[in-house]
Amino acid sequence: MKTKTLILTNLMIFLICSMLYAAEPYRVGCMHAITGKASWLGEPQRNTVKMIADEINAAGGINGHKLELFIEDTQGNNTRAVNAAKKLIKKHRVCAIVGPSRSGTSKAVIADVQRAKLPLVSCAAAESMLQPIKDRQWIFKTAQNDSDAIRRIYEHAVKKGYQKIGVITGTTGFGAAGRKLLNAMAKDYGLEVVADETYSPSDTDMTAQLIKIKNAKAQALVNWSIVPAQSIVPQNMQQLKMKITLYQSHGFGNIKYVKAAGSAAEGIIFPGGRLLAVDTLSKDDPQRDLLLKYKKDYEAKFKESVSTFGGHAYDALKLVIQALKNVGDDPAKIRAYLETARMTGTGGIFKLAPADHNGLDKNAFEMLTVKNGKFVVLED
Amino acid sequence: MDSQLSDLIQFIIMGVQRGCIYALVAMGFNIIYNATGVINFAQGEFVVLGGLLMVTLTMTAKLSIIPAFFITTMVVTMVGVLMERFTINPVKNPSVLRLIIITIAVSILIKGVAMCIWGKGSLYMHHFSGTQSFNFLGASILPQTLWIIAILIVIVASFVFFFNYTMTGKCMQACSINRDAARLAGINDRRMVMLAFALSAGIGAIAGIIITPIIQMDYARGALLGLKGFGVAVVGGLGNSMGAVAAGIILGLIEAMAAGYLSSHYMDAIALMILLVVLFIRPSGIFGSSEAARLKDF
Repeated sequence: MKTKTLILTNLMIFLICSMLYAAEPYRVGCMHAITGKASWLGEPQRNTVKMIADEINAAGGINGHKLELFIEDTQGNNTRAVNAAKKLIKKHRVCAIVGPSRSGTSKAVIADVQRAKLPLVSCAAAESMLQPIKDRQWIFKTAQNDSDAIRRIYEHAVKKGYQKIGVITGTTGFGAAGRKLLNAMAKDYGLEVVADETYSPSDTDMTAQLIKIKNAKAQALVNWSIVPAQSIVPQNMQQLKMKITLYQSHGFGNIKYVKAAGSAAEGIIFPGGRLLAVDTLSKDDPQRDLLLKYKKDYEAKFKESVSTFGGHAYDALKLVIQALKNVGDDPAKIRAYLETARMTGTGGIFKLAPADHNGLDKNAFEMLTVKNGKFVVLED
Repeated sequence: MDSQLSDLIQFIIMGVQRGCIYALVAMGFNIIYNATGVINFAQGEFVVLGGLLMVTLTMTAKLSIIPAFFITTMVVTMVGVLMERFTINPVKNPSVLRLIIITIAVSILIKGVAMCIWGKGSLYMHHFSGTQSFNFLGASILPQTLWIIAILIVIVASFVFFFNYTMTGKCMQACSINRDAARLAGINDRRMVMLAFALSAGIGAIAGIIITPIIQMDYARGALLGLKGFGVAVVGGLGNSMGAVAAGIILGLIEAMAAGYLSSHYMDAIALMILLVVLFIRPSGIFGSSEAARLKDF
């Protein structure tokens, strides 16, 4: 009798202990530009990570551990991002960080994250964030590379037999970086940049720039910008009756820009994430089911259109969750796991490697076009 | 058709269109400057409010352009009046610095409220009369450009009429020349300040309404729109509304020519350099009087 009670008590204690142990949540930090100038990036990202966490926890967590998110607002501001990173590292003691949203804020927090030896999966695009690789051991990113978008555009232009192209870029960080790459990479494809123009985000009319491009006899034009002013370029081209092919960057991937440009947007070609044209993807596309589910869930929950920027946070958090599932919440093990991770995400099919902390190539982009005011996959 | 000539005409049209917008924003700055002696940092926010409200009325409420235009202008004018009544008028000892800080606070407040109402994304609306361009001596013009130029002309004409041929306008002018003397002559100067805020809010709203079809509008656009307008107001001579119109169009033309014949990379740099040179040579602005500038505190 006595032994029986002892065994039972021991069993009870063991059970309680293991339950307590199982209830220890996995702590993951998230940093997004939820308010401020880049809130159009950060808000869908915040919504997405919350949605994923709710879904995971409703299904019982990761191997019995709840997923606990600590979400900080960087306001797209470098100082605030550094403070947020310090708070996540020292106060919340997270095991990995998702975000920040912008390239600038991502670079700002690198020093602290490297010192704390925590894996960080950024949602921003700049490739320079990961270089040099030996000083950026703990940094990963999920957004596609800008240079891959240019590769897709130039490949298409070469296929069409164009030799002379014009370049027009916005004077924001995104535009300036794109302008540098567009000029540098043209040679590799045997293309000549015959006109190189810019416009500022507050400009109302780009006819002067376009006339210069027209007089330079460009056969196609690349408009590389992320601000609303980019919608003026196709409108002005229609006004000037310029019939050359217009390529846009992946920064055009917002249906509002298409609506603003109206009929002038028809036929614009741009490289974009498959999320934008998920309805027209072929049935055997490996990303199709995942994208459809993300779009449906997001739009049902938040009553707004899904965006590729939210998708970057989706991929970042899913990578971290996959690592937690496989190796637990030791930061060093998560980092080691991420370096060889394989995942099908919203941005493409990730194949990370120790020398490639992004894991996406030019196939992450699909060439899209505008047809009847909607994004569709380009046929030829 | 000679293509060089048609290019030149196209550049001129682009320059005038840009200049008209600078001029409208600058006129708003000037009216309040004349009445209070301060720069109203919320001027850009009036432009944003005008644009956003117009989008809501035409795109969501499906009103036609003309009633929406008047409703928007009236509402933003009311915002200007309320701003004056609740933030400027109650100040007991209105020093220039104090008033400027108040206008900065109001601009932050309006921006915040606009973000809550209209959200963070940029909103668009249709052009007033379609996007079908027409040919003019080889250059092609959008109807919206004509709207912008026509509205500037109407506003300038009504200004000239108001300040020269109506009693209220003349009282306002008297206040801006010498406030103490105007008060001694029986003019209610505080009411004139309120009127100035109403007028400049109304003009700001109109500027917002006519540019939104082209550039779209979002809640955070105010500072950017205000900046060039402020530069134009300074070059034209602070307080001189006709100077602002001339300076605005000159600046727009310089920018368009720089973009068309030199390089668009240096468009803003060239415009700003010319602004600097003007201010070195004539600190009171091209059309400002240096005598009058010496008497102002700011």
